[in-house]
Amino acid sequence: MIFRKVSNWPTWNWQSQWEEMERLRRQMGLLTEGLAGRPSTEPSAGVFPLMNVTEDKDNYYVRAELPGIKADALDISITGDSLSISGERKIPEEQENAKYHRRERESGKFSRILRLPSQVDTNKVEATATDGILKVMLPKSEEAKPKQITVRGE
Amino acid sequence: MTDTESKALQAKEKSELTSATEATRPGPTFTPSVDIFETDKALTLLADMPGVNPKDLSIDLKEGILTLSSHVASQEGPEELDVFREYQTGTYYRKFNLSDIIDQSKIEAELMEGVLRLHLPKIEAAAPRKIEVKAG
Repeated sequence: MIFRKVSNWPTWNWQSQWEEMERLRRQMGLLTEGLAGRPSTEPSAGVFPLMNVTEDKDNYYVRAELPGIKADALDISITGDSLSISGERKIPEEQENAKYHRRERESGKFSRILRLPSQVDTNKVEATATDGILKVMLPKSEEAKPKQITVRGE
Repeated sequence: MTDTESKALQAKEKSELTSATEATRPGPTFTPSVDIFETDKALTLLADMPGVNPKDLSIDLKEGILTLSSHVASQEGPEELDVFREYQTGTYYRKFNLSDIIDQSKIEAELMEGVLRLHLPKIEAAAPRKIEVKAG
């Protein structure tokens, strides 16, 4: 009988612990948001490039800061609800005799995959790059769009 | 810098500036990442400032202090709601103390894909002048 009771205890397997951590993290996030007076950044996926995702009723918008990367150097693909962005940031070598005071800008390859909250219409995805910001507009698929339900009086 | 082939870019949050002077614009202030290099003739500065529109960027050189500042307008439309947010936008601000005397009239600035390239030519050293002594 004791054994049964123990096994009925909320299962402390890795998954539920993870959920608990996630819940705590969100609460902490809400707390810091209140203190700082502005929304705190979500803990990022830690993968370059950092992204902001927004939505309206028809589309998702994914934005990423990619300074110095030309639009044709980006490889963007979409399958179902996964958006994949990869490319390489190149910083050309300057003159031979250039002496550096600061070298903070980084170059290298990157590739990131992002899972969207719902399916999107893959044929109508549009990407634009302006002033070093990539914006991908992903129209939600018909099934994922909110439906207005009208209540008829009799 | 020849081993760029194998290097992968790491996600890095923008470094936020905390200064004693109060900002009048709401929102955070960031220091852009820069490369500065020097040749015999000029100083060149490259700064990563994604989202900056050329008309919002202000570059000021006064008494050897170069100031870069720009506000980044919000990219989002009024109807958009956040799903998640990994980076913030705000003002870019950074100051440099230049030790060389710069020829103000020949400064060139170019903003391409969110990268500022600022060319600051040094003033050519005054040619040595020979002083003739006239015999009276």
